[in-house]
Amino acid sequence: MRHRNLFMGIDLGSVSTNILLIDENEEVVEKLYLRTQGKPIKILQEGIKEIHKRLSPEDTILGVGTTGSGRNLASMIVGADVVKNEITAHGVAGLKEREDVRTILEIGGQDSKIIILRDGIIHDFAMNTVCAAGTGSFLDRQAARLDIPIEKFGQMALKSTNSVRIAGRCAVFAESDMIHKQQLGHNSEDIINGLCQAMVRNYLSNVGKGKEIKPPILFQGGVAANVGIKKAFEEALKEEVIIPEHYDVMGSLGVAILAKENWEKSNATDFHGFDLVNVKYEVKSFQCEDCPNQCEVVQFLNNGEIRGRWGDRCGKWSELKNTRENLLA
Amino acid sequence: MIVTFPHMGNVYIGGKALMDDLGVDVVVPPLSTDYALEIGTTQSPEFICSPLKINIGNYVQSIQKGADTVLITGSCGPCRFGYYGVMEKEILMDMGYDVDFIIFEAPDGDIGELIRRMQKATNTRNIAKMAKSIWVAQGIIKEADRIERRMLHLEAVEEDKGTIKKIRKQFKNQARLAKGSKGMRELLRDINSKLDKVLIDNEQKPLKIGLIGEIYTLIEPYINLHIEEKLAALGVEVDRSLCVGEWVTEHLVYRPMGLTRDKKIRKAAQPYLDRCIGGHAWETIGYAAHYSQSGYDGIIQLLPFGCMPEIVAESILPTIQKDYKVPIMTLVLDELTGEAGYMTRLEAFVDLIQRKKERRERHEA
Repeated sequence: MRHRNLFMGIDLGSVSTNILLIDENEEVVEKLYLRTQGKPIKILQEGIKEIHKRLSPEDTILGVGTTGSGRNLASMIVGADVVKNEITAHGVAGLKEREDVRTILEIGGQDSKIIILRDGIIHDFAMNTVCAAGTGSFLDRQAARLDIPIEKFGQMALKSTNSVRIAGRCAVFAESDMIHKQQLGHNSEDIINGLCQAMVRNYLSNVGKGKEIKPPILFQGGVAANVGIKKAFEEALKEEVIIPEHYDVMGSLGVAILAKENWEKSNATDFHGFDLVNVKYEVKSFQCEDCPNQCEVVQFLNNGEIRGRWGDRCGKWSELKNTRENLLA
Repeated sequence: MIVTFPHMGNVYIGGKALMDDLGVDVVVPPLSTDYALEIGTTQSPEFICSPLKINIGNYVQSIQKGADTVLITGSCGPCRFGYYGVMEKEILMDMGYDVDFIIFEAPDGDIGELIRRMQKATNTRNIAKMAKSIWVAQGIIKEADRIERRMLHLEAVEEDKGTIKKIRKQFKNQARLAKGSKGMRELLRDINSKLDKVLIDNEQKPLKIGLIGEIYTLIEPYINLHIEEKLAALGVEVDRSLCVGEWVTEHLVYRPMGLTRDKKIRKAAQPYLDRCIGGHAWETIGYAAHYSQSGYDGIIQLLPFGCMPEIVAESILPTIQKDYKVPIMTLVLDELTGEAGYMTRLEAFVDLIQRKKERRERHEA
């Protein structure tokens, strides 16, 4: 088999962990979408093992990028060259999909974001504030409650003939509203459609407020699989909403591209290699009692040895991380 | 009488010096922590803005150390803060703490009453002595503010990363121990001379971000999740629009006399908002325009969840952003102490303004 130079992008999110490989032409070679299930380290190791199986011995990993809320943790495990926030990562991936993109709607597990781009750079963005209503985990919960597989949730909304108004402001209110409407005898299709519309309404007034939403509009993140939400967006915005081919792994695609750019500049990588799947990683935390800040300090252990610490304000513990080279020696 | 007061940035530095000088016993509450917030959230109305919750936590910790009198300023602006003192007294009463409250405000413009309250708190009838001590204390707070500002500016360009962090830590630890205005002044001088010796890297041209918003969230590092230090660590030079020293003089000296020192800011706000709508909305808008005019790369607004004046200001900010093309981001702060999402927003914002700046410079070159 032909030798391939590859770049890995990892998006370690609250709900899903995505691992993706691109080649030198930025074409997606492999992708893996896993549920984080609250066990990020284990899932990430399993994912990398799976990816390794799919590669031929000829392939080389030239660079790794991490993103998502667990980006620093993932970086410690795999040895990342680029650690980027989700907004930049999604923006980069969106631009790869459509050079002229001007709006990216992104709804993930716990976060929803809007990214406004102008002339090929991120111009403005916003994320949901203190409430996670209208994100993937809430949809998951409702699908489970109604005993409908999440994959079919959106399809059901399309079958609705008569939408029911659901309060979208808050997940707790939305749920009780849905239960009340259900007890009144409305059918599930209509209620689900109402929920999709409520989520879009909430997204546009909470995340998208004050932003100029101009086409082309991309819809990214796990929730983009839901055709009911896509339709509700199109109705509310009166514009076409485009779903990229790799909509569910756009964050990891973005950091894979950034890892490739980094390699082009540096010609080096920190990637620990596929042996990392056999290492025993642990995270232990303790509360530092040395000052009133009482920071929760997280310790990262690798086969029982401390490799890094973070979470302290004063730097007393995390500065030890800077001596990681000494620890490794 | 053993007095205490809620934390608000550097207030404790001047407050402690003042009380020490006047020979009033004072308990400075431990710096705000999760524990203070925990006490506050269990005892306060759910939808009250977070500063009140932290205040309650501060008081309870001080009362446990023997404090029996709470000092707090009032405010006539149409914002909930004006009722903090009264509400907090009731909440503490419900908890079984019968403490005295002295609220510094001039009810219906009654300056005489304000002075009587100050006399009570400072335990002296000698107005000249009291006025002098207050003057000294506000000078100390202002100097502490200046030092903080200086540290922020230096932190972005320091040659040896982490130097300022160490000095800041030292400053905070020693400020709690210093005795009276004399001790505090010595400490401030000492810190200043340490800052004089900090080596700076002249090559660096850091990004500049202005912080605007509600004063408590701006000033209290616990509640804003140490935003200034986080931005400095990202290599950003931060300027904070409101400082507590200026606020104290504005509210205790100028406003009761119908004067203001905010003319410049009010003028900058004028095209967008030309009156006080409560809280610090006017200043928020004014500083947003001011920073935009002064070449800042970005602006971040901070507000406690549910703060009405800041919500109004937030809705005006997109217009300012459109006029000046300076990115503005709003961060809402509440009980959440998980920092991952917060860091994502800050990093993405810094990324955004960095790229914009690079593009502009390429354009100009």
